Order: sequence, then C-alpha cells, then structure tokens
Amino acid sequence: MAHEKNHDYHILNPSIWPFAGSVAAFAMLFGAVLWMHDSGPWLFLMGFVGVLYVMYAWWAETVAENQVGDHTPVVLIGLRYGFIMFIMSEVMFFAAWFWSFFKHALYPMQDYEGSTYVAPEFYHVNAFELPLINTLILLLSGCAVTWAHHALVHGGQRKDVEHGLLIAVLLGVLFTAFQAYEYNYLLTVKDWTFGGDKFFSNFFMATGFHGLHVIIGTIFLAICYFRVRKGHFTAESHMGFEAAAWYWHFVDVVWLFLFAAVYIWGVGASLPG
Amino acid sequence: MADAAVHGHEHEDQRGFFTRWFMSTNHKDIGILYLLVGGLAGFISVAFTVYMRMELMEPGVQYMCLEGARMTAAAAGECTPNGHLWNVLITGHGILMMFFVVIPALFGGFGNYFMPLQIGAPDMAFPRLNNLSFWLYFAGTSLAVMSVFSPGGNGQLGSGVGWVLYPPLSTNEAGMSMDLAIFAVHLSGASSILGAINMITTFLNMRAPGMTLFKVPLFSWSIFVTAWLILLALPVLAGAITMLLTDRNFGTTFFDPAGGGDPVLYQHILWFFGHPEVYIVILPAFGIISHVIATFSKKPIFGYLPMVWALVAIGVLGFVVWAHHMYTVGMSLTQQSYFMLATMVIAVPTGVKIFSWIATMWGGSIEFKTPMLFAIGFVFMFTVGGVTGIVLSQAAVDRAYHDTYYVVAHFHYVMAIAAAFGIFAGCYFYIPKMTGRMYPEFLGKVHFWAFFIATNITFFPQHFLGRQGMPRRFIDYPEAFAYWNYWSSIGAFLSFASFLLFIGIMAYTVFAGRKINAANPWNEWADTLEWTLPSPPPEHTFEQLPKQSDWDKGTAH
Repeated sequence: MAHEKNHDYHILNPSIWPFAGSVAAFAMLFGAVLWMHDSGPWLFLMGFVGVLYVMYAWWAETVAENQVGDHTPVVLIGLRYGFIMFIMSEVMFFAAWFWSFFKHALYPMQDYEGSTYVAPEFYHVNAFELPLINTLILLLSGCAVTWAHHALVHGGQRKDVEHGLLIAVLLGVLFTAFQAYEYNYLLTVKDWTFGGDKFFSNFFMATGFHGLHVIIGTIFLAICYFRVRKGHFTAESHMGFEAAAWYWHFVDVVWLFLFAAVYIWGVGASLPG
Repeated sequence: MADAAVHGHEHEDQRGFFTRWFMSTNHKDIGILYLLVGGLAGFISVAFTVYMRMELMEPGVQYMCLEGARMTAAAAGECTPNGHLWNVLITGHGILMMFFVVIPALFGGFGNYFMPLQIGAPDMAFPRLNNLSFWLYFAGTSLAVMSVFSPGGNGQLGSGVGWVLYPPLSTNEAGMSMDLAIFAVHLSGASSILGAINMITTFLNMRAPGMTLFKVPLFSWSIFVTAWLILLALPVLAGAITMLLTDRNFGTTFFDPAGGGDPVLYQHILWFFGHPEVYIVILPAFGIISHVIATFSKKPIFGYLPMVWALVAIGVLGFVVWAHHMYTVGMSLTQQSYFMLATMVIAVPTGVKIFSWIATMWGGSIEFKTPMLFAIGFVFMFTVGGVTGIVLSQAAVDRAYHDTYYVVAHFHYVMAIAAAFGIFAGCYFYIPKMTGRMYPEFLGKVHFWAFFIATNITFFPQHFLGRQGMPRRFIDYPEAFAYWNYWSSIGAFLSFASFLLFIGIMAYTVFAGRKINAANPWNEWADTLEWTLPSPPPEHTFEQLPKQSDWDKGTAH
C-alpha cells in the first residue's frame, strides 16, 4: 500500500453476523406470527435460537477484538456514545408504556360522558410489602455494582470486583424470582388476569418489559463477572463493565418510576374501591 | 483536484460477490444496497398508486372488483366494488413509502454513503452494526410485502387499515397480515434506531481534524439532526405497535373501550412518533438541496449558521406539534390552540431555509444542470406544500379540510414529492461520484420536466377536490368530482412514465454512461470532501485523514 493509515478508528473485516442475525430475526418474527395464528412455535423457536447464537458469536468476536487492542481510545469513546444512545432509545420505549399508564390513570374511561365501562374490582397489591422489598433488592444490587466498579477503578482487589458483581447478579436473579412469584400469585391465587382490562394491560406489559430488561441486565452483569475472572478488565479500560453498570442503573430508574407510579400511586388512584 | 490520489489508492478489489454485498462492513457498499432496495420498494409502492389512480380516473368502480381485480375496464361484466383491495393498496403504499422507501434512500443510502465522506471519516463508527441496519431493513421490507399477500381481513389478502394503523380497524382486522405489517414496522424501527446511533456516533466522534461542529457540511448536519429524531421517536412507535399486537393477540385492552382502553391514546402515541417522522423524511433532502443549490449557483450557501440552527429548530419543534393531526378527535379548545400555535411556529425555521436557498441563488451564476432543476423544483414543491400546511395548521379551518383531498395534496407536496425531488437531485448530483460515469444530461432534463409537470397535474387539482369536500381514502366518488380526478389520474400515469425513464437513465448511466475521470465533475463550489476523492471512490477512503486545507475553504460556513 502506498499510504499507511494514520488514524485509530476501527475498520472491520467483512462479517457474516449481521446477515445471519437478520435472517434469524426474520424467521423469529415470521414464526411468531405463525405461532399467534396457531401454526406451532417451531419457526419462532428456531429463529429465536438463531438470534441468541448470533448475539453470542458477534459479541464474542467484539470481546476478542477488544483483547487484541482494536479498541483504541477513540473507538472506546464511540462505543460509549453508542451505548448511551441505546439507553436513550430504551427510555423512549418506556415512555410509550408510561404514557399509556398515566393516560388511563388520569383520565379513566369510566369518567367519559356516555361511557358504559365499569372498572372491575380486584385485589390491591400493597406496594409496601413485596414491591418495596423488590425495590430494595434492585437498589442494593446497584450498590453492589458500584462497589465492584469502585474496586476496579481504584485498583482494589480483583476479589472485591468479583464479589460485587456476583452479589449484583444474585440480587438481580432474586428480583426476577420475586416478580415471577408475584405474577403467579396475582394470576392464580388472586383474581388478576393478563388482559381484559386496561389496568392489567398496563401493569403486566410495563412491569413485564421492565422484567425483561432486568433479565437482560443480569445476563450482561454475569458476562462481566466471567470477564473479570478472565482478567479482561483493567482500571483504565473496562468499557463492557461500564456499559453493564449504566444499563443496570437505567433498569433501576425505570423500576423506581414503576414503583412510585404503578405500585404506590396507580393502584390507589386509578382504581375504584 | 490535484490531491485526489492522496485520499484513496487503487488496488484490486479481492472481495467475492457474497462477501462484498452480504457481509459488508463498508459504508459505501451498504449505502448502495440501501439505494437499490429503497428503489425497488419505491417501484412497488408507486405501482400501487398507478392502479389506485386508474380506479379513481372515472366515477364508479371499474377495476377493483370482487369478481377479480382487472387491468382493463373493457373486461367488463359485473363489477362489485372491492373496497378491501383498495384499502390494502392505500395501506401498502403508505407503509412502504414512510418506512421502506424514503428513509432508506435518503438516510440509509445517501446518509451512509456521503456523511462519512463529507466529514472525512474512514468509515462509520460501527461498520458491522451498519450492515445489521441494512439487513434488518431488508427483512422488514420482506415482511411488509408479505403482509400484502397474506390472509387478512374480509376473507381476502392483505390489511386495509391505513398506514397509521388506527385501532379499532387495526385491532379487528382478521388474519396474519396485520401482524406481519406490525413486525415489519418493528424491524424497520430497529434498523433505523441502530442506524441513528451509528450516524450520531460517527458525526460526533469521527470528524476530520479541525472540523468543528459548525464547519460540518449541511448534508451531514441534516443527517445528524434526522438521526436524533429517529433515535427519540421510533422507540415510542415500537411501544405503540406492541400494544396493538398484544391487543390483537393476547387480550390486552390498551385501545379497547370495552376494557377501559382508549383508541385516541393510540393516535396520540402514533403521532408523537409520526410528526417527527415526516421531518425524518424531509430533513436529509434539505441537506442535499443545500449543496446542489450552492454548487450550481456558484456561491457558498447563504447563511450557513442559520441553516444549521433551522435544522435543529425544526427537529425540536417536530416533537411538540403532534396533535395537529387529530384536531377532530375531540380535544379541548386549549389543546387545539396550543397545537395550532406551535405548528405555525415551524414556518419560521422552514422559512429561514427557503429564503436562504433563494438568497443563495440570488446573484449567482446559475447553471441549470439536472440536479439544480430538481433542487429548484424541490423549493417550489416544498413551498407550495408549506403554505397549505399553514392553512391546515388552523384548527378551525381544519374542521372543513380534515380527511379531504386537500390534506392529501398538502402532504404529498410538502413531504412526499418534495422528498422525491430531493432523492432525484441526490441521484443526479452524486451518481458521477458513485459510478465514475456521467448521466445523459438531456434525458435528465426530460425526466425533470416530465416529473415536475406530472406531479403538479396529479396533486394540484387535489386541492380543488378537497375544497369541494371530496373525502380521502375512498374507492369511489360522486359525479361532481369527476373532472379533476380525471386530470389527477393523467398526472399519475405521466409521473409513473417519468419514473420508468428515471430507472432507464440510472441503468444506462451505471452500465454505459460517459466515463469521467475528474474527482469533481461540477465546479469548485462543490467543495466538500467527497469531491476530492476519485470517482468512483476506492474501497477504503481516508485511510489517511484529510488535512484541513483539503476542505476548509472558508466560504462554506
């Protein structure tokens, strides 16, 4: 080559993962439509496994690139920008669900002139029992991540980093388990249903999408735990860890809004009786 | 340019076909893929409209019959109107154009190809993610086209609910067609969001040394602002259509009044996305037009800084005016007043842009090459549509015009046809750069005049029809509306013919156009960085970052 490159940007080789991932996503969504129309879940499941595999393979490649030093400082800044914007888009996704929740809570259909809708009576969750415990679990988990981060940045023991992450992951799993318990309790023991009324719709879809994000965040933190054990992170360079921590805090904040709006205020204000 | 060779080097391209086009991590190749697939989806979508205008040419229903869709009225016999088919075509046209044609062509195509070149970046910030955006878009397009041919409502194929997918139509439409359309929009949304993240990061992080924010060319700025709109608006749409999906399939009642839900809520969330969406469609065209007008007026763009801030202002205002699409749903007067005033404010930054384009041309030595014709056509169409937009922004006037052909004429002028003029201007302006071949100038001009006259014949009479009270979205109309509908259809056929001519010109240029060797086939006022590269640019560009003297002429900003 006549001219050597004089920049630190990351120019990548061709990769099959984007194409493979899109084929898998297509199969997954087309399969989901077939499944919803009673044609069996098989195409969906194949597509889903494909998507998961592509995620694994792609990010494994990214981690490997990181380890051989492709991620120069300028590339890391780009990754940070990118991840912050990803979280911003997630915030706007939740905006839609909160919009629906607040609309229905502030302007319930039974108040509309001529409406024949009667809000159903149902069991009220006490926000200061299990939901409060879950709030504390999630916040504590955030503290554990911060402990791990602190230990990492300030050259603490690798053991501290590992323990902090492990605690964070376990608390994340505990949160998910409690949520599953609550759903199950409300749906089977009490008189809640998944659909049928706008409150149930908002409750299950908003907390459900939050729960999905908790699961994703837990996996993200777990991967960071294993990467710490492999010695991937240094005090100076630990972009993957930072991203996981940011994501985890984002999940925290969404929960705080859910807790305040849906559990404390919503159950009281939007419901009769 | 003497330093053309500095930024690229010729070497044998060793990538195989599959590697180059399916596994690409190259922003220029991905940009070309976007343009090709966008063009294909555009052709399908335009073909729908030709069939619709055929049906609307005469009162009565001649072609879309329950007995079978026909291509000739003479095939006569009984004809029971098939409103479902009509609705499906209208829905398909809207969804394809909004999500799968204009954004991919302008943002995905030109944005990918030229934004990194203009800022002197070797590629996008996340080249692999870039390819994921394209292939998710392709998967989404496939789902959208499949939706038209899948079992849908009324025991027929496809969904006839309108591109806005309002409930209860969309929640009650039978079959899997609607679900496919919803997932198509999900995929396209994911594709656009990932693309937006990529564009913003590239813009912020990879500008050439010395290129401060307010020295960035206007097209790159327009892509940057567009990307923010996509990033913040598309996820909200994803939430809304997910609610539709669960209402349809899992028994939730977000939009079903029987379960306390509210269909108007969907309209609010949809338009909170939908209004930024129309700026997503038009802003990149603003960017292209600015460069074309400056180049062929042989002057620097008038008022660079106000132009940038006008883009930003339009982007911000785009988020706070959504309910002007819904004046008639029963909002309070206070709400209507707010949305009316906020909407009118948008005329200020768009006015800044229009007057700056005119001021750029003023006193310039104007060269009427094809891209310039399209740019002037853009300014004309956009202004006409903008003026009718001011009319429609008034809640009181909208009482009469809501859901009439006046609205159809308005948004086709201001957004659809204006965006098409932007795309065509971009195609003619940049094809010498992308292919190293010059388009045939005479045919380009023929294309322009045919398209300009045809679109005006199509849409201008629709103002009259709207003022007469002809409602939109119907397969048939009373005798009284016949005259202008006839002309509108003639215009549509003519513009389809000009579209075919355009495809022919592009194909001819790519395969047999006159070869050009110059890095810059225009003049020294095309002074952004892409014009310092060989035509076509090599596989890798700016492996050596450009020097400030390559691009900073002190005139462009």
